[in-house]
Amino acid sequence: MDTIVAILAAAIVAGTPLVFAALGELVTEKAGVLNLGVEGTMLVGAVSGFATAATTGNVWFGVLAGMVAGVLMSGIFAILTLNLMANQVASGLALTLFGVGLSAFMGKPYESVTLAAQAPLEIPLLSQIPVLGPVLFKHQILVYVSWALFAGVSWFLYKSRAGLVLRSIGESPESAHAIGYPVIRIRYLATLFGGAMAGLGGVHLAEFYTPLWVEGMVAGRGWIALALVVFATWRPARVMVGAYLFGGVTIAQFFAQGAGVTITAQFLSSLPYLATIIVLVFISRDMATIRLNAPVSLGRPYRPD
Amino acid sequence: MRTDKRITRRITGLAVGTALGLALSGAAYSQEPVKVGFVYVSPIGDAGWTYQHDQGRKELEKALGAKVTTKAVENVPEGADAERVIREFAAGGYKVVFTTSFGYMNPTIKVAEKFPSTVFMHATGYKSAKNVGVVNARFYEGRYLTGVIAGKMTKSNSAGYVAAFPIPEVVQGINAFAQGMRSVNPKAEVKVIWVNSWFDPGREREAANTLLSQGADIITHHTDSTAVVQAAEEKGKYAFGYHSDMSKYGPKAHLTATTHHWGGYYTKAVQDVMAGKWKTTNVWGGIKEGMIKLAPLNPAVPKDVADLVAAKEKDIAAGKLHPFQGPVKDNEGKERVAAGKTMGDEELSKMDFYVEGVQGKLPKK
Repeated sequence: MDTIVAILAAAIVAGTPLVFAALGELVTEKAGVLNLGVEGTMLVGAVSGFATAATTGNVWFGVLAGMVAGVLMSGIFAILTLNLMANQVASGLALTLFGVGLSAFMGKPYESVTLAAQAPLEIPLLSQIPVLGPVLFKHQILVYVSWALFAGVSWFLYKSRAGLVLRSIGESPESAHAIGYPVIRIRYLATLFGGAMAGLGGVHLAEFYTPLWVEGMVAGRGWIALALVVFATWRPARVMVGAYLFGGVTIAQFFAQGAGVTITAQFLSSLPYLATIIVLVFISRDMATIRLNAPVSLGRPYRPD
Repeated sequence: MRTDKRITRRITGLAVGTALGLALSGAAYSQEPVKVGFVYVSPIGDAGWTYQHDQGRKELEKALGAKVTTKAVENVPEGADAERVIREFAAGGYKVVFTTSFGYMNPTIKVAEKFPSTVFMHATGYKSAKNVGVVNARFYEGRYLTGVIAGKMTKSNSAGYVAAFPIPEVVQGINAFAQGMRSVNPKAEVKVIWVNSWFDPGREREAANTLLSQGADIITHHTDSTAVVQAAEEKGKYAFGYHSDMSKYGPKAHLTATTHHWGGYYTKAVQDVMAGKWKTTNVWGGIKEGMIKLAPLNPAVPKDVADLVAAKEKDIAAGKLHPFQGPVKDNEGKERVAAGKTMGDEELSKMDFYVEGVQGKLPKK
């Protein structure tokens, strides 16, 4: 039982950077913008947050700085693709390459710096529940923030009027424009929000989880977040399932190795990818719902006349 | 006629002047510092594999002073980029080029063919040529000593090892650690987790936490970040650093570290090149040569353990103790080294099994 609790609790922590980045990207894509710069944005967010926290000694300034850095990165992307009508795929890839280099440059002086580990925030009473308590309610604060984000995004997209407008722009910017909605402005906001969340995902990794900064430390999590959005067919709840599943299988295979299970490590390392894809493909195998959920104008530039 | 004479005179003057100039510049040339290039696979940073090579570079500069100038290019990916950087060094008049990562082997050999008057030294590979030497260090000797400390200090008789890829160099380290640990504590076991990455602090951290929650109370790693030491510090357990002294990342947790020292070797190689007596060499140095050292021990290590480690270190240097001295069995019970024998370098460099005391099964390549 202790092992299962440990695996589940660690899975949630491991999945949290993915939750932030993927939910942010989901909102961006729902507005019809495909930003492939998540990996680079997470890196710049991570280094900005870490550097700020290390310099000021205040973790919250770090969190803020990581989000601002994410907004600035995605702002570059928004100017390129929404104002200058550049190709979204190419601009996103360029943003990632830029982010990898920029974060390495910015992070140089902070490579040897250590941050004090943040103590977990135990929710009174709830954390005393057997099994559930230690799994869900003894985490660092950003984990709870990621749940609030999930609730907020779900509500916004499917229950609020603004979310409806955002989705309609993702479906058909032409019609939304004809009705009188500011397509470019809303796409801007969605892109900047996605950037802020990618930055926050990076901050969680560098400032709370490891806590250290080394070049390239996001190590592909941005790409995994992008894949999660697609395989989860743009549904927030499935993004959560995918992120925790990925984290969970990663941790579970470590436990299997540590326990001396005689399955080759290379196969075990590929399990998180396999399991996540298979499960998500299975739960969203209905072509009709995929078509219903996928933003029709995704990746297509729109110029209001 | 007169003009002709004048021209002749001018030409003679020019010739004499040129010859003089050549002679002078020749003299000046021999005083010019030897240019030495370094190619690094990762950023220099503040600890780790490349950092130790850069310390070596600094030692070389200090030892030879104005006789050398050095230049390092960091973060060079293995493959086509490496070949370009190595070629630029050779074409730029660098006399000696050190290429410091396994994956630079083929690019180094390729460039060396085209620049026969430049000397190349490649770290940790196995191909050499007329102007290409190979250098490696016996990291496993340090691992054995840290194993001895782990065997004495563990309370749960269980140590954890976060490893990158199942190549012989990493397997040697795991096995030597287990051999050291069990030489003083026959009940001790080593758990291994492969993260399949040299550089992913998030995963290294997850693997370290997993090992600690499975009962390991001392952990170490063969990956490139300091995440494992930091994880041990946070959980109040012990850890060993690798490559560099990592004590500042875990002042309480860090018992010691296996550290690499390339400076002495770099200095000697460059001196040999200057004296014109450099030959293709295959250097595999360890504690005896000063290429492998332990970082200062943490005060938490009791004095008798520290004395024991010092004695074993001396024995290894004197050749009286070998981490893989028979009888050595693998973890499936098969004898790998007979009693009274020690494992040869050839077998060491191909090691593909776990010794007794390591849990699990070694992933095959």
